[in-house]
Amino acid sequence: MSTAVEIVQNSKDAESIPVARAVYEHPLIVRLCHWINAISLFVMVGSGLQIFRAFPSFGAKIPQQDLVHWPRSLAIGGWLGGALQWHLTFMWIYLGSGLVYVAYQLFSGHYRQVLFTHKDARGVWPMARHYFFFGPKPLQREAYNPLQKQAYTAAILLGALSALSGFAIWKPVQFSWLAWFFGGFHWARLVHFIVMWAMLGFVFGHLVMVILHGWNNFVSMLTGWKKDPEY
Amino acid sequence: MATKIIDPVTGRKIDERRFSSISRRELLKLTPVMALGAFAIPALQTPLLKKGLAFSDWASARVFRSGHLAQTFSDGEVTPFNKFPINDYDVDDPGVIFENWTLTVTGAVQKPGDYTLAQVQALPRYRQNTRHVCVEGWDVIGRFGGARLSDFLNMIGADPTAKYITVACADDYYESLDMATARHPQTLLCYEMYDQPLTREHGAPLRLTVPTKIGYKQAKYLTDLKVSHVLDKVGYWEDQGYSEFYGL
Repeated sequence: MSTAVEIVQNSKDAESIPVARAVYEHPLIVRLCHWINAISLFVMVGSGLQIFRAFPSFGAKIPQQDLVHWPRSLAIGGWLGGALQWHLTFMWIYLGSGLVYVAYQLFSGHYRQVLFTHKDARGVWPMARHYFFFGPKPLQREAYNPLQKQAYTAAILLGALSALSGFAIWKPVQFSWLAWFFGGFHWARLVHFIVMWAMLGFVFGHLVMVILHGWNNFVSMLTGWKKDPEY
Repeated sequence: MATKIIDPVTGRKIDERRFSSISRRELLKLTPVMALGAFAIPALQTPLLKKGLAFSDWASARVFRSGHLAQTFSDGEVTPFNKFPINDYDVDDPGVIFENWTLTVTGAVQKPGDYTLAQVQALPRYRQNTRHVCVEGWDVIGRFGGARLSDFLNMIGADPTAKYITVACADDYYESLDMATARHPQTLLCYEMYDQPLTREHGAPLRLTVPTKIGYKQAKYLTDLKVSHVLDKVGYWEDQGYSEFYGL
C-alpha cells in the first residue's frame, strides 16, 4: 500500500550507495483530515468546557450540585453564547473532517493500515510491555503496531460517539431515537462529557508517543514520507 | 545507514535533493489547513462564527418535522413544581395588572386587536407533560396547560403565507418563532402549570410553551403577538448572540 523509496546520495551514479529508505505512509487526504480534525477537536473541547461551565452538573437544577468549577481561562468562547457559536460552527468542521477521513479510508483500502482486528489482538500485550514495563521491542512489520491500531481505532470510535451524543443533546426531539439510544437527554449529555475526557486521554497518549518516536515520525504526518522506518 | 529495500516492486532510488523537494511539495499541499487560521483574526472571527451559527440554524430548520411530537411523560416523571426553576432575564414579576390585561394582536391577521384571557381559554385546552431544556444544559419535565397557538392563529385569521410570529412581554423581553414551530400541535399559549393558573413568576397570565424549542424561546408575561412575513426582531438572547432557531 505504501510506496517505498531508497534515498541515494547522487542519482547520476547508477550504483549510488543508499543512505536511507523512506516510505509514503500518509496520503494527502489523511494528513489534511488529521490536522483539520486536530484543530477542530481543540476548539470543540475548549468551547465545550465553556458550555459546561454554565451548568457544571449532571444532576437536578434545584438543588444544583456542581461537579467541578472549570476555570474560564482553560475554555474557549468567554461566555455561554460565545462558546455555543464556536461549538456549533466547528462541529461541522470536526464532523466533516471525520467523515471525509472515514470515507477515504474505506474506499481506498487504506483502512487496513489503521483498523484493529482480531489478528492484532495478540500483539497488543508485547507492545504494551515494551512501552510501559521495559520489555523487549517486538519486530515492527508494518506502519502501525497492534497497540497503535488499537489506540487509533478506539479514537475513531470515540469520535463517532462524540458526534452522535452531541447530536442527541442538540436535537433531543428531532433525533429522539438517538437520545433514546443513549438513555435519554440526561445520559447523552453525560456520555458526551465522558467521551470528551476519553478523547483527551487518547490525545495525551498520542502526544507522548509522538515525542518518544522522534522527528522522522512527526514529519511523516506533514509530508506523508517517513524516513528510516523500522520495518 | 544503508538499509535494504523490503518491497522491490515499489522500491526505487531517488536523489537526496529530490527527496527534499518532494517532501517540501507535500508539506505545501497542507496549506488549506491554514484557512482555519482565519478564525484567529479578530476582524474575521465574528462574521465567521455568525455564518457558522446561521448554518447550524439552517440545518436545524431542515430537520424540523411538523408532525413529529416531543416526548411526553407520565405524571410520575414530572419534576415537582417547587423544583421547576424560575428563570428570567430581568425580574421575576413585572407586575402585570390582570384586570387590564389583553394580548394585543397585530400584523398579517384578519382580526387584529386586543384579546382577553377568556378568549384564549375558550379555545380547546390541552395539557402535556413535556421536557423544558435550558440552553445552559439543565432540563426539567413540567406539566403545562393551555390553548394551541395554531388554534389561536386560526381564530385571529393569521395569513397562512406568513412566516413568523413575534411576541413582546411585560418585562420588555421579546421572542419569535418560525411559523412551522408556531403551528406545531404542542406549541401552547400556556395559562396553566401543574393544573393551576400560571403564577406570576412563571409568566402569568400567559406564556409560551414550545417543547420543540430551547428554553429561552418560552417567553413569559406575553402582552403582544404579531404575525409577519419578515422578521424585524428575533429575540432578546438571540440579539446577544445566541442561536435564532434553536430547535430541539
